[in-house]
Amino acid sequence: MKKFFAQTYLWLLLAMLYAPILIIAIFSFTEAKVLGNWTGFSTKLYTSLFSGGVHHSLLTAIENTFIIAIISAAVSTLLGSIAAIGIFNLHHKKKMVMNTLNNIPMLNPDIITGISLFLLFVSLGITQGYTTVVLAHITFCTPYVVLCVMPRLQQMNPNIYEAALDLGATPMQALRKVLIPELKPGMISGFILAFTLSIDDFAVTIFTIGTEGLETLSTYIYADARKGGLTPELRPLSTIIFATVLLLLIVINIRSARNKKQSNA
Amino acid sequence: MKDSNFIIELNHISKRFGDKVVLDDVSLFVKKGEFVTILGPSGCGKTTLLRILAGFGTASEGEIRIAGEQMTDIPPHLRPVNTVFQRYALFPHLNVYDNIAFGLKLKKVKADEIDMRVRRALKMVGMTDYEWRDVNSLSGGQQQRVAIARAIINQPQVLLLDEPLAALDLKMRKDMQMELKQMHKELGITFVYVTHDQEEALTLSDTIVVMSEGRVQQIGTPIDIYNEPSNAFVADFIGESNILNGTMIKDKAVSFLGHEFECVDKGFGENTPVDVVIRPEDIYIMARTDSGMFNGVVQSCIFKGVHYEMTVNTAEGYEIMIQDYNAFEAGQEVSMIIKPSDIHVMKKERLCNSFDGVMVDSTHVEILGASFVCAEQADIEGGEKVKVEVAFEKIELMDNKDDGVVEGDVRFILYKGDHYHLTIRTENGDNLYVNTCDVWDDRDIVGIKIQPEDLKITKA
Repeated sequence: MKKFFAQTYLWLLLAMLYAPILIIAIFSFTEAKVLGNWTGFSTKLYTSLFSGGVHHSLLTAIENTFIIAIISAAVSTLLGSIAAIGIFNLHHKKKMVMNTLNNIPMLNPDIITGISLFLLFVSLGITQGYTTVVLAHITFCTPYVVLCVMPRLQQMNPNIYEAALDLGATPMQALRKVLIPELKPGMISGFILAFTLSIDDFAVTIFTIGTEGLETLSTYIYADARKGGLTPELRPLSTIIFATVLLLLIVINIRSARNKKQSNA
Repeated sequence: MKDSNFIIELNHISKRFGDKVVLDDVSLFVKKGEFVTILGPSGCGKTTLLRILAGFGTASEGEIRIAGEQMTDIPPHLRPVNTVFQRYALFPHLNVYDNIAFGLKLKKVKADEIDMRVRRALKMVGMTDYEWRDVNSLSGGQQQRVAIARAIINQPQVLLLDEPLAALDLKMRKDMQMELKQMHKELGITFVYVTHDQEEALTLSDTIVVMSEGRVQQIGTPIDIYNEPSNAFVADFIGESNILNGTMIKDKAVSFLGHEFECVDKGFGENTPVDVVIRPEDIYIMARTDSGMFNGVVQSCIFKGVHYEMTVNTAEGYEIMIQDYNAFEAGQEVSMIIKPSDIHVMKKERLCNSFDGVMVDSTHVEILGASFVCAEQADIEGGEKVKVEVAFEKIELMDNKDDGVVEGDVRFILYKGDHYHLTIRTENGDNLYVNTCDVWDDRDIVGIKIQPEDLKITKA
């Protein structure tokens, strides 16, 4: 009996968590304009999403979102990895301070990050647009990359960098041929995490996107919803994004499980 | 100095981390092709010295030359040395072949030559046919062989080995020792080997450098170091020994254990206090007879495989260790003989503690970073610099560190037959030497107290 309640509770909880996205996924396969009306199975919304049947600005928003995500994930992976190596080589006390400083931006509410970046850009007189969004995304993604790379450094035999130097590698060659291959799994996880965080972000983006008409997916949907009623094509789009993120998450988890097994062996 | 036949010249190397002195004026000269072992307990600075040689650390002071070239500030990748690390430090993302070829590939050596040299190096370390194996799938001994192959393939002038066998089990260690010695002979290059294992040092080396507390204690061949230790630390660290206080009566006559013995040492002067070292295997033990030099009663007897190790209490109240092929049971009365040539006499490093201090007022003196009460000094004024001497027996050690005027920790314990001679390091890094009958352990924290009348103060 006890087991039955525990099971029911678990499934109820999961249902509540996943019901909204499930409903959207189900209703992405029907043509009805209003969510909740089932007018028979159809993939018309999917075809119209990709055939340009929708408003042109949605496709632009999708494109912007992905370009911003790729650039900011790439740059923050580079910055975060270098930062992790630097922090790792600090002395004990400084290392602790730097790790804490790295963790604070992650705990900081996005809205605060957004407002402070907005004020920073305004006070520096930078025109808000593509550049500011990318800069903002790099800012909040980098600490996550540091967090992904750090465990690899801690697991690493501290002598292998020295061994490379000893065998005649310059510091740059040792970095490229030994350190980076060793850190690669952490860097890839960091990149994927930064990429999904960037796609997902609304709070920081809305404050840094400016008024030049630049839209990302999240700001587009927000504006669309406020105009009254969501464009039906958003349903297949949400479903696709959800599936993509789910896939990436599975990839990250499998990778980290495999790494753990390898380092235990 | 360019034409000198020394491959390594270390001149007055010192290294400090903050206030901590890790290496204190170390000088070392190594001949081409020599197998040199740097031997010492953990924390003696031996690994730091090796890292300075490899270029991973820099010396605070001093000069390094390798093959006649100034190397003091040259980064590791430009030095003609290669290192074998304690924990192997193989590159986990590369297979055996690519690990070994790493150095040659950086030097842009032709592929077929790399191929040939990798195969030769693998053969040398007995790992033929392991080229394509993942390094993570190898055992510790195999990984260390790959690490050695990876280092020697670059044909360095000097091979540095940082406790390379420490992580292996005993059997494997013995096998590898022999292989290393063989390899040294075949390659003809200079080996600098760091270890804390005295047996390993004695087995492998042409020259042993004994280090303690950042200082070189003795440099010599294994036989010299074993037979003629230059001080009590070396005698205690290398092999087993009885270290006793003695007095050199005149040339070739020394008294210790309450008896007078004939010896072969001379030149110490008359009635000079000395340290006497006798190896446990050099004391002849027999059932009680009148022809023995001194008598005693066996306290304990332990079988050690090849020999028995016995503790004997002498009639004069000393405890000595004896190794012999014959067993004498506990309680048995025995007589002992020591041959003159087996008695090693060493000059005492010091006869009492001596500190530089400052008078605070007529009844207080500041030494060891604290103020001690002393007997009234009428003729020395406050603020004057003084020299303070304290006999080894007159320093009191307290269990509770707060009961003493200053605190310190026990760094080195020497049993001298009827008492312990301790080296205590105070909080400010001063050493003090104490004779006591109480048993203390290494690294015990103690409080230090000295009675006012035991402080012998003279003007500096």
